[in-house]
Amino acid sequence: MRNYLNCCAPLTDASYNQCQLTGLVVMRVLIGWHFLYEGIAKLLNPYWSSAAYLLESKWIFSGLATTIVANPTLLTMVDNINMWGLTLIGLALMLGIVERPAALVGMTLVLLYYLFMPPFVGFEYSRPAEGSYIIVNKNLIEAAALFVVACFPSGGIIGIDKFLFSKNETDREGSS
Amino acid sequence: MSDSNKENVADMNTADETSLERREVLKGLATLPVVGVFFYNLWKKLRIDAMKKNNILADLLTTKDAPAVVSSASSGDHLRIGIIGYGGRGQHLVRGAGFAAPEWTQRASENAKENKLDKGFETFMQQEDLNVSLVGVCDLFDVRADLGIEASKNEIRPGGKPMETAKRYRHHENLLENDDIDAVIIGTPDHWHAQIAMDAANAGKHVYCEKGLTRTFDEAIDLYDTVKRTGITFQLGHQNRQVEANEKAKQIIEQGLLGKINLVELATNRNSPWGAWVWDIHPEGNSKTIDWDTFQKKAPNKIEFGEEALKRFFRWRCWFDYGTGLSGDLLSHDFDAINQIMELGIPKYASSSGGIYYYKDGRDVPDVWNATFEYPEKDLTLLYSATLSSNDPRGNRIMGHDATMQMGGQSGGGSVHGFIVKADPESTRYKERMESGIINTQYPIYTYSPGSKQIDGVTSATSRYFANKGLLYTYREGKRVDSTHLHVKDWLDAIRNGGQPKCNIEVALHEAVACHMATESYLKGRRIEWDPKRRRLV
Repeated sequence: MRNYLNCCAPLTDASYNQCQLTGLVVMRVLIGWHFLYEGIAKLLNPYWSSAAYLLESKWIFSGLATTIVANPTLLTMVDNINMWGLTLIGLALMLGIVERPAALVGMTLVLLYYLFMPPFVGFEYSRPAEGSYIIVNKNLIEAAALFVVACFPSGGIIGIDKFLFSKNETDREGSS
Repeated sequence: MSDSNKENVADMNTADETSLERREVLKGLATLPVVGVFFYNLWKKLRIDAMKKNNILADLLTTKDAPAVVSSASSGDHLRIGIIGYGGRGQHLVRGAGFAAPEWTQRASENAKENKLDKGFETFMQQEDLNVSLVGVCDLFDVRADLGIEASKNEIRPGGKPMETAKRYRHHENLLENDDIDAVIIGTPDHWHAQIAMDAANAGKHVYCEKGLTRTFDEAIDLYDTVKRTGITFQLGHQNRQVEANEKAKQIIEQGLLGKINLVELATNRNSPWGAWVWDIHPEGNSKTIDWDTFQKKAPNKIEFGEEALKRFFRWRCWFDYGTGLSGDLLSHDFDAINQIMELGIPKYASSSGGIYYYKDGRDVPDVWNATFEYPEKDLTLLYSATLSSNDPRGNRIMGHDATMQMGGQSGGGSVHGFIVKADPESTRYKERMESGIINTQYPIYTYSPGSKQIDGVTSATSRYFANKGLLYTYREGKRVDSTHLHVKDWLDAIRNGGQPKCNIEVALHEAVACHMATESYLKGRRIEWDPKRRRLV
């Protein structure tokens, strides 16, 4: 457990070589871009609602989805969590600010999208997928990528987290 | 080391630290330019979208607002109403006035508990209290008459405990003799509409009559004259008149967005026994509980009471003796909606054909039927095509030289709720905009999708058919409202405040004559012409 936590601890330049660092930052920024636009596009569309998506829900969360859709207050809350969640997580990932919580919350969100509409064999959805998927789809891959982002943070090196957590780093370096 | 040297080293160290710090700051903010690129592109996209929208809207709509909301308060005199014909439709009409039978409120509230998406009960309870009492119920079937009495007493309703209890009448003449009754709702089969409505008008009662207006052309003319002569407030039961989408469509067409319109296509697509009027025969229906002689008094052909009579009593739409089949039931709705949107009036010619191709169950009305109406003065053909054995959602289409409006049906892999307008690739009006990429013919230039944030659990195929045509409910300020309730309210408002309700006798006559022309054509096997001067079919 301790090792696991250590692997998520803020890292210094020395921990990654240039190639790894570039890869991690590019991945983080691209996922952030995707989240940010998904969020803003929903915020800008007065007719957007998660209802249509939720109504299609299959598997373990279909009951919960119906409950949400049937309750206007709950639906509005869920809609807002989605719109603002995606936007803020996107910004956080792009700027490298509170990167690890953002990545973990983002991962949970995308994983929920996956679990509400999993591309399992025998599940038919009326809205066509934009690609061909069986069990694994892009939501699952994005969730996995966000797990990697959370485990290998780069915001402390290239990102605002550098300034937020620099004091801690100095303390740690001083004590070692 | 001299002092000056020391100072130099210190300076160099400071310079190094500063440049190191600057480098670190730059690294920390390295992704900021990417955020900049994102927002620059977002701004660019929004600007292009806004420009496209403005460019289209500039042409289209001088008023972008939804139609005015109906006045909310049903103040004024308390009105006492009677219902004549409390069958399936009659019950819905009376619910629209604010009274539901206890078995309905119980079932609806249970349905709402079982299926959270079923909003029927909620919609009923949130209806405005129309300040009326249900004081008379007339039905030829005892079970339904009793239900009506129960409905008048049911406290589960918008507005709370009813002020009065209804009395049962066996014949409509007796109900009309009651001077305490101000107005009647007629929900009988079509063959009784004209007689009851004329008797009511002559007795000074206001009339809400379910569509189709009458069973025959002659009755329609007689009823029109009677309503005009007596000056009562008459409303025909086309609740589509209250649907916001139709008002919006009317605005768009008035502004010439579609260009010259030469063809309109209307369609009925159903594929279930219920949708084909094979309705349940009530287990308690028998010679003791049903007044069969009165039922068939106005029918041209009469039969003895028995199994066949029971079928005819409960599934009357399947026979020309009591109605006009697809014409009076479903063409009438679509015709009235298009008449509301385009103000077409009565056509010059009509021809129709069809047959009994699927439901060979003893009925004599066709189950596949197509009608053509010609408006030479408007350079327009109106096509109606109906099938009761395919649910393929064709939707209704108003086809102009510059654009097509599609109402209902499917587009781009999804269902169209409300309507969409798509530019025509050969349009002259949009030519330049299409060339410059502002208009793409693949996507609608205008979409009207009311309540797109609302979810309604409408279950059966027939309910979906009605819902897609706006006949079950519409939206007011984003809230779901039963369009039948609004239509009853419109009638009551006109009774109290004067003026004409939305489906008054003038437009009712258009619907009736057009439908009877098509029916006559089918029965006679030839084209029918309307002679407006002599008010005759030729």
